[in-house]
Amino acid sequence: MKKIYSIIEQGIKIGLIGGVSAVLLALIGMVEAFSQRDIISNVISMGHTLLLLVAVFMGYLAAKRTTRTEPLWTLVNSFISGLMVGGLVALLVMVGSLINLRKVFVNAMPVLYELLTFQQRTQIGVFLLLGAGALSGALAGLFFLSPKLIRRMLILPLTGIVGAGVLQDMLRPTFALWGPIAIINEWLFTANGLTLYGAISLFIVIAAIIYFWARKGSAVRTGLQRLSPASQRVLRITSFLLLFIILVALPQVLGIFLSEVLTIVGLYVLLGLGLNIVVGYAGLLDLGYVAFFAIGSYTAAILTSPELGFFHFSFWSALPIAIIMGIISGVLLGIPVLKMRGDYLAIATLGFGEIIRILVLSDFLRPWLGGAQGVGKIPKASIGSFEFGRPQEIYYLILAGCLLVIFISIRLRDSRMGRAWMAMREDEDVAQAMGINLVATKLLAFATGAGFSALSGAIFASKLSSVYPHSFNVMISINIICLIIVGGMGSIPGVIVGSIALVGLPELLREFAEYRLLVYGAALVAMMLLKPEGLWPAEIRRRELHEGGSKTTEEVLPTEGGPSSHE
Amino acid sequence: MLKQWKRLKERITPTDIVMWVIGGAILALIIWGSTATIAAGRYSSHHWFDFIIFGLAQGSIYALIAMGYTLVYGVLRMINFAHSEVFMSGPYTAYYVAAAFYSSGFLDRQPIICLVVIFLVAMTTSTLIAFLLERVAYRPLRTAPRLIPLITAIGASFFLQYTFRGLYGSGFQAYPVVKMMEGQIVFGEFRILRIHAVVIVAAALLLVALYSFIQRTRVGKAIRAVSEDKEASLLMGINIDRMISTTFVIGGMAAGAAGVLYALMFKQVHFFMGFIPGIKAFTAAVLGGIGNIPGAMLGGIFLGLVESIGPSLFLDGLGIVAPYQLKDAIAFTMLVLVLIFRPTGILGERLAVKKA
Repeated sequence: MKKIYSIIEQGIKIGLIGGVSAVLLALIGMVEAFSQRDIISNVISMGHTLLLLVAVFMGYLAAKRTTRTEPLWTLVNSFISGLMVGGLVALLVMVGSLINLRKVFVNAMPVLYELLTFQQRTQIGVFLLLGAGALSGALAGLFFLSPKLIRRMLILPLTGIVGAGVLQDMLRPTFALWGPIAIINEWLFTANGLTLYGAISLFIVIAAIIYFWARKGSAVRTGLQRLSPASQRVLRITSFLLLFIILVALPQVLGIFLSEVLTIVGLYVLLGLGLNIVVGYAGLLDLGYVAFFAIGSYTAAILTSPELGFFHFSFWSALPIAIIMGIISGVLLGIPVLKMRGDYLAIATLGFGEIIRILVLSDFLRPWLGGAQGVGKIPKASIGSFEFGRPQEIYYLILAGCLLVIFISIRLRDSRMGRAWMAMREDEDVAQAMGINLVATKLLAFATGAGFSALSGAIFASKLSSVYPHSFNVMISINIICLIIVGGMGSIPGVIVGSIALVGLPELLREFAEYRLLVYGAALVAMMLLKPEGLWPAEIRRRELHEGGSKTTEEVLPTEGGPSSHE
Repeated sequence: MLKQWKRLKERITPTDIVMWVIGGAILALIIWGSTATIAAGRYSSHHWFDFIIFGLAQGSIYALIAMGYTLVYGVLRMINFAHSEVFMSGPYTAYYVAAAFYSSGFLDRQPIICLVVIFLVAMTTSTLIAFLLERVAYRPLRTAPRLIPLITAIGASFFLQYTFRGLYGSGFQAYPVVKMMEGQIVFGEFRILRIHAVVIVAAALLLVALYSFIQRTRVGKAIRAVSEDKEASLLMGINIDRMISTTFVIGGMAAGAAGVLYALMFKQVHFFMGFIPGIKAFTAAVLGGIGNIPGAMLGGIFLGLVESIGPSLFLDGLGIVAPYQLKDAIAFTMLVLVLIFRPTGILGERLAVKKA
């Protein structure tokens, strides 16, 4: 008996965790909110998909954790964990039918129970839940046991279907713009969810591509490697050109909403690249970075807005002044914190950021900065008669800014100064002993970062035509730090990937605004636990983190001042 | 003489001079503003007394929260950004107990028992959240580079905020009024709001209890040992994992109690209520010298006082409109000022520069 328990222990434990998460998902209202939307029309709703995913994931995890190698035990474990998930949800339904949970939990509404019991009576619903849980757990176990190719041929198409279902509101209008391709819409989508045959054909198409790639992919790759260096260079240049053409064509293809998302992502890329120099290269944790964004925006606003009426500059003449103001304030705010390290630096910069925001918000400076109402009527940028007004046009302004900043970032990284920054990041004292002037190096990092941020701020002001103090709170700084780390510290492509993941995706999911930040938070935690080096890490950092890979799992003690700790 | 002067000149860099100029300018401004305010005599001694009492009440709440930050910083060397959510979860959950007591009339009949239960519920919830937080989010990351637990903490903070929002709804909930704590206490000429007195006394008791727990008991000693040197304390037979968990539990208890005091004082709870006090308390912990327990208390009370007295004392005399709006700016300016002259906080000498 005890022996059997020790084998299925993992299944029970994981099932419990999964069950608690499923109940939590139901109680915070996610299941209910998501049920208004179908993934596949009239077949499965997003709410049910969510619960199903929990059961399947837990079943998979339980199968993976099984200590015995016999497939039977794996299946038993995954079955049990799925059953537990279903069981705990069923328990919620039973408790909810006896006690009114709504007094405390606002989302424990009758609609929720109806959803959870598949519109059946409680008694039948409970058994349905148990059955569904156990079935999905067992299926996950089977999935775990099946060969790798089949697993990929199942998981990627299913992800594709769920993705298409979740993003249907984005995809449908976009496809509609594409003339003849708009037929896809009728084939794939209904007013709510994918069509059943559309989902099946999507599944088959993706699975076929994976199958083909698994058979021929390695041949293609070795073929590419065998090309002569000259033709490889041609290939690289062509692919760069292609990328550039795609980047230029993007807003025309995507329509107004997605272009708007792209501009926001672009602004964050600019901010992220600036902070990447301060945090990623120089290792100075700056939590008040938004201050420079605000300074750039407000400088541009004051110089151009007729509402305040001090100056009547055009955008282009205000832009360099905004950047210079950013650089000056970067140096000025950098001087007091030169001697601080680590967390003292973080909190002092956070203080600076808040001071700037509070000053801008106050009635005291209202005649000059507009107070809580902000500054409006900021003119758009224009070249000749071409005005950067709509998101599709502003996109080009931001794209140009991004390309410029990426170029400067790469050159700085590979310069003497870039190496000095990285030396300082690894060890300040040793860097100083090697003859690096810490004061100049630090201030230059602050100034460069601030300059990029001010550039982003000026574009932001002209994009919105108005600036408000509320756009510059500490959450922006925190968001930028997060996107740098999630992308991979010190990595330029990482910043771009991080912005897409942490700014672009949440923008796309605006529909689920209430749960956006919840998912964002959970994703941040999961990401740091599973892939701490980031989505696209810089080469050096990847090596650093993998060098210590075996050590980190065994050693209990934190290493103080190890090679990768940024102090 | 000349030689000494030369050496001094070598040691003073231009940035030092700039820093002193900035610091001196702010100090001069403060002194000028204060004298002008006092000379103008717009505020009577009653006003100042009220400001001080309010500042003490708010500051002691900050001090309680700051204990959690500083204890965790001591053992893990990380900013526990999600501590503000630990603070929020307690009183928010206890609200439902309090509301039930209130509607049944039990709160008016037996206020003491009710308050004890409310405190217990809040402290238990906060403790549980803090414990789970460490277990799920921080323990697997002990060896990771420093920024990674910070990001995890930020993520956990978002997650907790919006989980509680999903569970309890997004509105403000009015905390029930305890009749016993209404009204004022009169000392001759001066009056104190009863609730302020309760908050100050309760927080002081808790702070003393916490401090003596850390200083006097075996567990407290072990926690101090872990924050001093992990390897050595492991060799001394201290179970580090358990001590880190204990630290989170203690911090969670303090935060839960602080949360109820905060809710009783400001009479409302909300899923976002932890953010501002959290940042303030963290500032307080840094102000006092992070990792230093008396420093956190001192920093909290100092910050509370500066916030409540500062706007009227420093800014009113300078003729600034609506000075109260700038109270947070004053608090952060104080922080920067302290860090300029003492980069490791007021009492921060115990943690050497290299550790921070």
